[in-house]
Amino acid sequence: MSTRPAAPDAAPLVEMAAITVAHGPVEVLHEVDLTVRAGEIHALMGENGAGKSTLINVLAGVTSPTSGSIRLDGRPLRPSSPAEAQAAGIRAVLQDVPVARHLSIGENVMLGHEPRGRFGIRWGELHAQAHRVLDELGLGDMDTRRRVRSLSPATTQLVAIARAMADEPRVLLLDEPTSSLDTAEVEQLFLVLRRLRERGVAMVFASHFLEQVLALSDRLTVLRSGTRVAEFPAHQVERSELISLMIGHDLAELRRIGSQRREHRSDPAGPPFYRARQLAQREVLAPTDLDLHRGEVVGIAGLRGSGRTELARLLAGGATADSGTAMLDGRALSLRSPAAALRHHIAMASEDRLGEGVVAGLSIRDNIVLALQSRRGWARPMSRAERDELVAGFIDELGIRPVDPATPVERLSGGNQQKVLLARWLATRPRLMVLDEPTKGIDMGARVEIQALVARLAASRVAVVIISSDLDELLRLSDRIVVMKDRMKIGEVSNGPGLSVETIVEMIAAPEEEDLPPLTGLP
Amino acid sequence: MSTDATSRTSMLRTLLHRPYFWGLIAIALLLAVNSLKDPSYLAIGYNANTGSLVGNVIDILRAAAPIAMISVGMCLVIATAGIDLSVGSLMAVAGAVSMELLASAGGSAGAALAALGLALLLGAVLGAVNAVLISVVGLQPFISTLVMMLAGRGLAKVITGGQNTAASNETFRWIANGYVLGLPVVFLLAVLIVIAVGLLVRRSALGLMIEAIGMDPRAARLAGVNRRGLLFAVYIASGALAAVAGIFASASVMTVDVSNTGYQLEMDAILAVVIGGTSLAGGKFNITGAAIGALLIATLDKTVVFLGISSSATPAFKAIVIIALCLLQSQRVRDLFRARRAKTAPVTSDAPKEAVAA
Repeated sequence: MSTRPAAPDAAPLVEMAAITVAHGPVEVLHEVDLTVRAGEIHALMGENGAGKSTLINVLAGVTSPTSGSIRLDGRPLRPSSPAEAQAAGIRAVLQDVPVARHLSIGENVMLGHEPRGRFGIRWGELHAQAHRVLDELGLGDMDTRRRVRSLSPATTQLVAIARAMADEPRVLLLDEPTSSLDTAEVEQLFLVLRRLRERGVAMVFASHFLEQVLALSDRLTVLRSGTRVAEFPAHQVERSELISLMIGHDLAELRRIGSQRREHRSDPAGPPFYRARQLAQREVLAPTDLDLHRGEVVGIAGLRGSGRTELARLLAGGATADSGTAMLDGRALSLRSPAAALRHHIAMASEDRLGEGVVAGLSIRDNIVLALQSRRGWARPMSRAERDELVAGFIDELGIRPVDPATPVERLSGGNQQKVLLARWLATRPRLMVLDEPTKGIDMGARVEIQALVARLAASRVAVVIISSDLDELLRLSDRIVVMKDRMKIGEVSNGPGLSVETIVEMIAAPEEEDLPPLTGLP
Repeated sequence: MSTDATSRTSMLRTLLHRPYFWGLIAIALLLAVNSLKDPSYLAIGYNANTGSLVGNVIDILRAAAPIAMISVGMCLVIATAGIDLSVGSLMAVAGAVSMELLASAGGSAGAALAALGLALLLGAVLGAVNAVLISVVGLQPFISTLVMMLAGRGLAKVITGGQNTAASNETFRWIANGYVLGLPVVFLLAVLIVIAVGLLVRRSALGLMIEAIGMDPRAARLAGVNRRGLLFAVYIASGALAAVAGIFASASVMTVDVSNTGYQLEMDAILAVVIGGTSLAGGKFNITGAAIGALLIATLDKTVVFLGISSSATPAFKAIVIIALCLLQSQRVRDLFRARRAKTAPVTSDAPKEAVAA
């Protein structure tokens, strides 16, 4: 019912033909066609770097195409700025939600359309209008005077969409609107998008989440490396066909990692080397026990906000526990800071890769040596030869691109930034490596490499704690899976043939949420 | 021969991409303007009585020295995404405490040494107070050092009882007005400080860590960088360097003027750092650049006097030169120029064709 096919005879609203975008000699998009009808949700699928965002940016007037044509209602259109695209009735909600966090919901929704009177902005009228816009989207219960900064990521996303809808565009472009949302939040967003479809808005929805795309969209266009590989109605699509269209050979590689991990999988023998007892932090995490063995991969499953990140931070000194104890090799462990944890060879890669991970302005080389150098202290710098050898080794081993170690990390793709970050922690020779969403927002190729790296780490007797919203990934990699919910550990299951994504989802799902479809990312 | 030429052009190109390149050009231009007015402006003579070189250039080097000293400290502070507004006031404090001590302890070399040590210590302690406010209490650097700027000026007045204390001490006079190898002691010491601090931060891992906390404090924390320790180090360094500069500023006239010693010199230091290519947003820093910035500020000050620009117009003149320099350094402005050049080029080559078509 949700995948209602759009009327095939409806005249196309947007026609993009043979769009090519080149940055110098590099073609980001190569002669891509895209047709969208009114009242249709058209999904753009593909790995990161496939060209989804670029195509959306062309239509939104952010990027000028090198060649190709755009028609809106049959009339040629060449938006050279977002303002021109908006004037033509095209609005975009781009990946990094641009909302003014210190303003209220109403001010955000009506930004640029404030009703004015003789004495400047008419605030009462502004909030009334904002409320009307929100109400039409089924969000009438939002308080328009609330500050956006106090909202959850999902509600912030909805505010951004409401703002895009304030001047009633005919075309709405959404670039990865769900990448930072959890299952329930995604459902709320989809409800709004379906309502917009009823009103005849044409939508382009870029995503790499297979299940979400199938649940929502009417038509699919699959991009790979800047070219269009297929387009078809969503209700006709075979999942396996879609996956192989998007990622091709990588799927076999993932299967290989999975089977390799299964061969190494063994129930932990002997005493654990890391033992957390009743570890707790007020208002963030209820007392939690956890044992870790050498060479073991422990997955943490749970929704965003379930306490999974908080548990990981307590394990690795990213936050300080209010109560409870941690023991390493039978000795009490005091983790006052990440620096203390690093001295014990415990490293953590944060989920917030840019904010808490890599230092964007520093080079690949400086980013890789930073943690190791801090542990050695400022007065004992590494010699140039030692440093260059270490850095070259990691660039080679992890396949970091570009290979020039002097490149600033801000110029790297997400996948390569993550590899640089992992290289930084590996350089400290961790005994325990905590990974919080290491594959979030990363293209399939890099994702495969990072999963393979986790398997290699475990094989070399490093204990790995991994958090992922992608349950398939957790099942592929983990020996044990800890399930978190509502700031508590609610269970711990040993991974094996009997365990499936559905089992874990059932554990997490509250009774009243049982009818929700499991919305997981791609494998 | 051709390889020699290419290596020379590549050297020129690396120099052109140095952030302080335009600062050097500006210094050369100012000196050229002064030479136009007086062809003997750049001449350097030798005074056999004092064993010193004399000339306008030597005067500029002497004037640049205190600015360079506080600019080095300021550069490190700014690299941590902070700012130190208190350096001018700390100069006055250091001047006040050393003059008071000399006025009561007399003219021996020992007294001079004690005065030096005490002033340095006080500068370092007040720098540490800044660091406590910023890294322990968690106040913003701007507010913390603004408070210290007001308090420091007050403290200097309390120390001297509101007087402009004068003292006489030959050792002390020598460090400010003496010469070694014909060059002013104060200039040589500034060069020494720039080189020593530069080597210290670049040869150890300090530079990398300072840049890391300046660019991304949260990421640096997770990487185990000790932010608090580094903040203490840079603010103490800034305070101590301000004290050194303050000692020289008062020793050259053997009087501390509690209202005017170091007055608004923090602005000169900030400008010198920015001219040297260090962003106020923190992160990448360049100590050589800061020293060249200090040299430019001193050249500018001397030029204003030499050209006889009226004192009321002096700040405006300074502002114009500095704004022009910042525009030249700005990547956006440079891109604008480049885009315009790229646009005009094809138009001129198309012109004949159009003429034919017409």
